[in-house]
Amino acid sequence: MGKRTAIVGVGQTNHRSKIPECNGQELIAIAVRRALDSSGLTIKDIDAVVVGNMDHFESINYVDMWSVLGFAGYMKPVLKVTTGGTTGSAVGHAAFYHASSGLFDVVLAVGWEQNSESDTTAAIVTHCEPLIERDFYGGAIGGLASQYSAYMDGYGATEEDAALVSVRDRHNAALYNPYAHLRKTITVEDVMSSPYIAYPLRLLHMCPRSDGACAVIFAGEEKAKRITDRPAWVLGVGNSHGTTYLGDAIAMPGLPSLEKASRDAYMMAGISNPFKQIDVAELYLPSASAGVAWMESMRFCEEGEGPKFIKSGVTNMGGELPINPSGGVIATNCIGATGLIRIGEAALQVMGKAEKRQVPAAKVALATGFGGCLWSDATILGSKPRLD
Amino acid sequence: MERVAIIGVAQTKYQRNNPSSHDEMAFEVAQKALEDAGLSIEDIDNTVTCTNDFWDGRTISCMTITDASGSSKVPTTNVEGDGTLGALMGLMRILSGHFKTTLVVAQSKGSVGIPGLITNAIFDPLYERILGLDAINSAALQARIYMSKYGITEEQCARVSVKNHKNAKNNPYAQLPLDITVKDVLKSRMLADPIKLLDTSPVSDGACAVILSRQSATRKISRKPIWIKGVGHCSDTYHLGDRDLSDVSALKTAAKRTYDMAGISNPLKEISLAEVYDAFSYMELMWMEGLGFCERGGGGALIDSGITEMGGSLPVNPSGGVLSAHPVLAAGLARIAEAVLQLRGEAGSRQVAGAKVALAHGIEGACGQGHCVFVLER
Repeated sequence: MGKRTAIVGVGQTNHRSKIPECNGQELIAIAVRRALDSSGLTIKDIDAVVVGNMDHFESINYVDMWSVLGFAGYMKPVLKVTTGGTTGSAVGHAAFYHASSGLFDVVLAVGWEQNSESDTTAAIVTHCEPLIERDFYGGAIGGLASQYSAYMDGYGATEEDAALVSVRDRHNAALYNPYAHLRKTITVEDVMSSPYIAYPLRLLHMCPRSDGACAVIFAGEEKAKRITDRPAWVLGVGNSHGTTYLGDAIAMPGLPSLEKASRDAYMMAGISNPFKQIDVAELYLPSASAGVAWMESMRFCEEGEGPKFIKSGVTNMGGELPINPSGGVIATNCIGATGLIRIGEAALQVMGKAEKRQVPAAKVALATGFGGCLWSDATILGSKPRLD
Repeated sequence: MERVAIIGVAQTKYQRNNPSSHDEMAFEVAQKALEDAGLSIEDIDNTVTCTNDFWDGRTISCMTITDASGSSKVPTTNVEGDGTLGALMGLMRILSGHFKTTLVVAQSKGSVGIPGLITNAIFDPLYERILGLDAINSAALQARIYMSKYGITEEQCARVSVKNHKNAKNNPYAQLPLDITVKDVLKSRMLADPIKLLDTSPVSDGACAVILSRQSATRKISRKPIWIKGVGHCSDTYHLGDRDLSDVSALKTAAKRTYDMAGISNPLKEISLAEVYDAFSYMELMWMEGLGFCERGGGGALIDSGITEMGGSLPVNPSGGVLSAHPVLAAGLARIAEAVLQLRGEAGSRQVAGAKVALAHGIEGACGQGHCVFVLER
């Protein structure tokens, strides 16, 4: 079996819609500096680097080579992982496998995006199969809109149910997270009076596009214990990137890939009752509708009970299972960093370092990633190397 | 570390304008690699793909080959980089203890893009792209400084091209098997001084797949397992102007890590053959130096000595190398696949007699900014 692995440092930029004073390398440098400072390490302690973003947002080819300047990767092993929206979580998992393999002791994971440099939708349209799907599923919203339509049709969910998720996440971002991009609270009425982007999703149901970077440092067991008394142990990882055509992924309500990825992560971590055993979740919810329809995919509630689950308030700060204390993706979306921010935020929670957004006594946290062709990643972190 | 083997390999025939689509090429090699290993797709518990959004002309281009590469039911990831790095990712996933058998697939279709524009995008958008830099003219800068600093001649570079294209005649997968002379190379069209057409690798379409497996899972396979003895990767800094382009420190660092892991102290003696990433003829000479097969500046004398010819004591690129087929991303993985065929004794007319230990090498970025080195053993 491989090495037990933990997260020992987390850093991120103060994310904004535009950070014109920095280029991408400088965004990376800020996040990496903060991650190193948080762990008391220097760049000399880093044995390998994994980096990820989505090329066409900044139009830089071979970003692994270009970004060397951002993380002082001169004469270091560097490798790039890119899987679309799941890039950040895939980068985190790749760093985990680096350390867990025993080939590297201390591994730096870096995700970044400078969306202000591009037309995000123009770039992302080309992810669809060009002949069959590009015309109608181009862009990030079409698939999510179709999916929530199906969920509304199947279970009587409403646009207002989804609005509650926007209100919750934006509230958390505004009150608790100094790094978040959108830091204004909103109401259900605000969401419902915002324009449709693609029925049934309105402007305030959707994530923004942000500039920002995130860095997370992983270490093998012995090193991790030497670096900090309280690392965030990687208890489980799961991944499902199975579909090639969006049409194959959106036909059913819920998110099959998330069901599979979270199930695998739970199994590795030894979690049988996720709602009871998980203390806090940082979820890659690209739209508020996902915050309703996907709850059952992680087995937080029964099939079709997403609306009831959200309305009950258990996912609010102070509830039994707070979701997105950071404000999540609805508040901040620097795409290649987004999945890694979820892992970093989950790590801060179980390390007890989440400051104002800390969930008291959080011991087990779930982080997810979403993207590509409705793909999912899941990561379980714990304050102890094993579940009690 | 637990022993990990390569148990299956497959390549397409490399050609310009392959009529197959990206996913059809990926499917072809995934299926053939499984056949080669005597496995079925149910035996694969995870996959790694290598794609690049620029070369593929599509955002999230790994989506293009998800199902074709066998990723539909198992965990997967996508390395955006040379296939050697994909194989390294596959190795780490197995060593982590979470997986037994990894299918690694890399592909690209150079013929459907504009390589000059795609490789121009490697360079800094504000300061360097406007100069018109691309893979060929940046390599010319590197070739020039390397040649002036160490007295390497155009004839010596040409000899690499003559050797590798001749070797390609023995490789049914190669795109450019050629009978050429040093004179032909020297007289071929100048692309960017001192690089001429026949010093340059072609634009290629193609795919390559390898299957890695932990030792405990190799029992049921039909082929002789080829063991991964060492691996290392390393990157130089970014701006061409900040680099000494004649320097090979990144490759030296990657090679040292690999040799330390493999227990190799005298590479020239202990390694039977090498498959290296010769995107341009001069590169093979430089990489020989970085890999420790000769002293710094000794690349020219090495090719003159004939050691790296078929029949020499260290045949280099028996397959014809990247000069004879350059499917970007797949090209590094193809070096591994060729090394495996050699160690199995299944390399046909390009077989190096008695091959026991083989080196495979991939590069990343402009002028070999990044390197990845594998040492494999029978």
